[in-house]
Amino acid sequence: MRASFNRWVGSGSPWVWITAGAVSLSLVMVFGLLILIAANGLAHFWPARVALIEHQLPDAAPERVLGEIVDRETVAAARVRDAGGQVPADATVVERLLIKVGNRDIGGSDFRWFAAPEIATTTYPPDAVVIERDEWGNLYGYVKGLREAGEPVAGDWQTELVTRLERRHALHETIERIQKDEIGAVNYALERLRLRERAKSTGEEDVAAEKARLEAAYEELTTTLAARVAEIERDSLLFVTAAGDEREVPLAKVVRVYAPNAMPVTRKIAHYGTKLWEFVADEPREANTEGGVFPAIFGTVLMVIIMSIVVTPFGVIAAVYLREYARPGPVTSAIRIAVNNLAGVPSVVYGVFGFGFFVYFVGGSIDQAFFADKLPTPTFGTPGLLWSSLTLALLTVPVVIVATEEGLTRIPRAIREGSLALGATKAETLWRTVLPMATPAMMTGLILAVARAAGEVAPLMMVGVVKLAPALPLDGNFPYLHLDRKFMHLGFHIYDVGFQSPNVEAARPLVYSTALLLVIIIMSLNLAAIRIRNRLREKYNGAET
Amino acid sequence: MSDALFSEVTKAELAHRGWRMVKDRIFGVVMGVGGVTVIIALVTIFFYLLWVVFPLFKSATLAPTHDIRLPATLAHLSLNEHGDVMFVVEADGTYRFVSAADGAELKTGSLVPEGATLQAGASAFRSHGPLALALDGGRVSIVTPVYRVSFPNDVRTIEPDISHPVGTEPLEVLSAGGEIARVAIASGDDNTTIAASDVNGRLTMAHVAPAEGLMLDEEDLSFETSVVDVAALPAPADHLLIDVDQQELYVVTGREIGFYNIRDKEKPKLVETVQVVPPGVDVTDVQFLAGGTSLLVGDSRGHVAQWFPVRDEANNFRLTLVREFKALDKPVRRIEPEYFRKGFAAIDVDGHLALYHTTSERTLLSTATGIAGVSTLAISPRAETLVAVTADGAARQFALHNEHPEVSLSSLWGKVWYEGRAQPEFIWQSSSASNDFEPKFSLTPLTFGTIKAAFYALFFAVPLAILGAIYTAYFMHPKMRAVVKPSIEIMAALPTVILGFLAGLWLAPLIETHLIGVFSAMLVMPLSVVVMSWVWAQLPDGVQRLIPPGRELLLIVPLLIVMLWITMAVSQPIEQLFFGGNLPRWLGTEFGMTYDQRNSLVVGIAMGFAVIPNIYSISEDAIFAVPRQLTTGSLALGATPWQTMARVVLLTASPGIFSAVMIGLGRAVGETMIVLMSTGNTPVMDLSIFQGFRALSANIAVEMPESEVNSTHYRVLFLAALVLFLVTFLFNTVAEIVRQRLRTRYGNL
Repeated sequence: MRASFNRWVGSGSPWVWITAGAVSLSLVMVFGLLILIAANGLAHFWPARVALIEHQLPDAAPERVLGEIVDRETVAAARVRDAGGQVPADATVVERLLIKVGNRDIGGSDFRWFAAPEIATTTYPPDAVVIERDEWGNLYGYVKGLREAGEPVAGDWQTELVTRLERRHALHETIERIQKDEIGAVNYALERLRLRERAKSTGEEDVAAEKARLEAAYEELTTTLAARVAEIERDSLLFVTAAGDEREVPLAKVVRVYAPNAMPVTRKIAHYGTKLWEFVADEPREANTEGGVFPAIFGTVLMVIIMSIVVTPFGVIAAVYLREYARPGPVTSAIRIAVNNLAGVPSVVYGVFGFGFFVYFVGGSIDQAFFADKLPTPTFGTPGLLWSSLTLALLTVPVVIVATEEGLTRIPRAIREGSLALGATKAETLWRTVLPMATPAMMTGLILAVARAAGEVAPLMMVGVVKLAPALPLDGNFPYLHLDRKFMHLGFHIYDVGFQSPNVEAARPLVYSTALLLVIIIMSLNLAAIRIRNRLREKYNGAET
Repeated sequence: MSDALFSEVTKAELAHRGWRMVKDRIFGVVMGVGGVTVIIALVTIFFYLLWVVFPLFKSATLAPTHDIRLPATLAHLSLNEHGDVMFVVEADGTYRFVSAADGAELKTGSLVPEGATLQAGASAFRSHGPLALALDGGRVSIVTPVYRVSFPNDVRTIEPDISHPVGTEPLEVLSAGGEIARVAIASGDDNTTIAASDVNGRLTMAHVAPAEGLMLDEEDLSFETSVVDVAALPAPADHLLIDVDQQELYVVTGREIGFYNIRDKEKPKLVETVQVVPPGVDVTDVQFLAGGTSLLVGDSRGHVAQWFPVRDEANNFRLTLVREFKALDKPVRRIEPEYFRKGFAAIDVDGHLALYHTTSERTLLSTATGIAGVSTLAISPRAETLVAVTADGAARQFALHNEHPEVSLSSLWGKVWYEGRAQPEFIWQSSSASNDFEPKFSLTPLTFGTIKAAFYALFFAVPLAILGAIYTAYFMHPKMRAVVKPSIEIMAALPTVILGFLAGLWLAPLIETHLIGVFSAMLVMPLSVVVMSWVWAQLPDGVQRLIPPGRELLLIVPLLIVMLWITMAVSQPIEQLFFGGNLPRWLGTEFGMTYDQRNSLVVGIAMGFAVIPNIYSISEDAIFAVPRQLTTGSLALGATPWQTMARVVLLTASPGIFSAVMIGLGRAVGETMIVLMSTGNTPVMDLSIFQGFRALSANIAVEMPESEVNSTHYRVLFLAALVLFLVTFLFNTVAEIVRQRLRTRYGNL
């Protein structure tokens, strides 16, 4: 039926459609955001093709550049001119390409914009390689050969490179282990010894003997380390840049070498897997702009676990007290409203509280009482893992209380009364029937608390998170779990790498990946909480009837 | 019967029953103690914040500690940094270093070279820095008390001494000889400037600089002195003052101050002469405030006025009255400025003492010292000790507690006229690289930033969230609702650091290049939906049946995506046609608007995104919970679904929607990472949507880790946190109470 304009307006249909538009826009934004993060975060690990472009300026010799085309945009010529860029005088719009040219130690910056009309040719030479390094970013060029102790290596460089890179990785691992774990352990022991010496709790002779032993161990380790370093520096890689410069790269610095243009899809998938694994399981390189985020994942998880250990019992006890023991009345409901509202208090306020109360007040007092030998170097009187966990526990305890209370409310009266009528005490009723039935609710609360804690950044900036922690808070040195150490956190990693990094352009893909990881963790936790809650509701809706 | 029953209960069972009762008790106690502990812990947050903030507003306290006797012919007194050693100069030039605790003499000697006599009344005795001793024959001797601190055997030991920064030989500072009536001194790295007025009112200025070309070790360092005439005054100056940078000279004669520019040491220039007190009032003391920019003028009414040079429209400096302090009733006898802070003490002829701070406009203390006729005041540089001495040498020492004089309600929230500024302003500037910097703690620009952020966020979020809630709760198909509602709600859990990152690094550059697109999308999208609705209504029934009411989303979502794409695609051509290809620059040249890449528009969208789920979820619940009999009744009376919605459902659910907006507001006010990452964080106060701001929360997150514990800055940041706490708590409580009332009302319906 065709509606007349008046009837159409009168029916309110345009308004309804507008409201529908609002929901649609919200949905578009929600899914657009998720797709944006996922696309950018996942694409980073795929080996991009290396393009060889010939950059031709009007009156100059053509410049040959190798690199990955990262971005392509059309901008108004006026903007480029205003920003100080070179544009042909008659152009109104310019198409330009952002190319990751790498070779930072040769050319200066590793990202360059090229105007599309100035690019004469674009080809994808199959022998172009990407050399990933420990520092200074990627190299783009062609491999010419290998050298061992300065002498050229005979034979096919590709097979040689594979074996030599394997040797390099093994050596690199050994060096890392010696440097971090073994020398670290000796240093740790020496530090403890120094403190004991200061506190005069051990006889001087014992200290001297122990010190001599440790110093001998240290000497030995440094000798082995020097030997390994000499070994790893044996090989080097000869390569040529697109411009024709010949360079020699020590293999010690090379992480991997690949020729993306010649890679079949299967190899690309394998490469993708390796990179993805590296991202999750490795330490960051180059001021956090390359490598992995393992310490950040580890720090986030450990912090959340400690927080859960604190928040669960206290949250549950408080909820049980409010629901089962406190006398119902205006005071209890005022407390309930207050607890509810504390969940809405800005997290930065909790950070301020944690910083002042936990770190300086409690931590400072602990230092005075138990770690006086170390002063003025603070032990607990400085931001660290414990204080972060406690601050977030305080931040999330309202969430657990609210969820647990909701669960307790849903348990039908009949169950309690039945238990009491059979002669059980109140404690037995709670312990044997009510609390077990409310477990899913507690789980929901805990999961929501964990999800919230994992995503919080603002309070952590004040109470213990750092951009690069020298050591994990859990290691092989007594007492194994170092609650006083600072740690890395996924959320803070995003903030730090995205906004404090000197090379934002290079760091951006990694930030997207980190964001994606965080989104996946938090979304899964929330979805789990929702499923548990729904199951709980169904269960007791059945019980009530 | 009952006997029989009891007989069956064995002893063991009784014991067991007792144990069960004990367990029950223990359980109850544990729950009670645990529950109350948690609640107390949460309450502690508030009280701890309050406890840290409280000292900011405490007044100063002054407690007399002990009296000692100093020489009756006392001409000058100053204290070392901790206030434990006094430096005393007598009228004849004898100096003594005296222990402040018991008056024991540590070192003594004479400051006056042999054969010379000291004109004590003419000398420049200052609390800090070198003293200029006026000698006979127009000569000046310059000395500085120094305190060498060492820690032999971990005991703090002070060894006081006298140094002569420009040599022991007295300097001739009057161009034509004669006797000095008044002298002033200021010295910087190598240079020293001395102004002197002779008994006839002739004003001269001497500049002392190291002799050129001689870079020898300190003992051989020689100085060159050049003397210029400045002015001929009718009478000798009452007070002479040179600022620490040796740029300005102030000459006080009677009720007037002559303001001289002495930047060029060869040609001092009179800038202006200002009457600083009304007729009938006498100037009694003039001192520099710490930093040497402001003059403190005490008068016979008991007022102390602060004057400093202010740049006027013509770019000339004029000595301007900035503020006055009127806590004393009797003529001011002495003014003594603090060393580090912009505070000072003043005492009147009756021995009534007042402590002030200039920029916070606080009178921190006003008390009778109990000693009349005080002629000298001294404050230790750390402002922990104050000494008042009468003309006959009776000295009373006070312990001074004055932790945070620079904070007051007016300095936190009002406009403050800081030194070097043209007018009173709101300024937040907590730290600076320069040394003699006065921190400026106005919370107004930060609060303004927070409100601005919340305003733009709600401006964006409220319409979308509420309209969306209306559709979801009332028009949407239940099956679709089961998917759509959680999808939007789950976004509340999205870490804001991710939103902030996307806003700062993805959205901000995108908006900058597609500004036209963004604004046209805001216009085109609703229009296209309405047009679509009309077009849809024209289609034959058969087509309409394909997408029944309640599933309009299936049409609208693709429509919006296409519209978004189109608006973004035409953005640049439009900009090219009408705005010269660069809209931000066009805005600048045409309207003088500055465009920051990370601006309020970006924050509004990003933070709007963050609060949409909260507002949406709560208002949807409120609308959905409206009792069915109301809507069915309305529909039965012939209202269309939309009329029912607008006139019945919305009205009933409005308190719930209100509480949803309050909760969204609370979240927007406290949000930290988004505002931190997607604005420039400069504390400007500007309503423009194209400029950034600095919000309270971001400011706390940035500055807290760097602030010194228990400093004023630290406590002011706690105050900012307390403000956030109270504001959000208030919003949430109002929302919660409204919601609870609504629930009861629905229950009654």
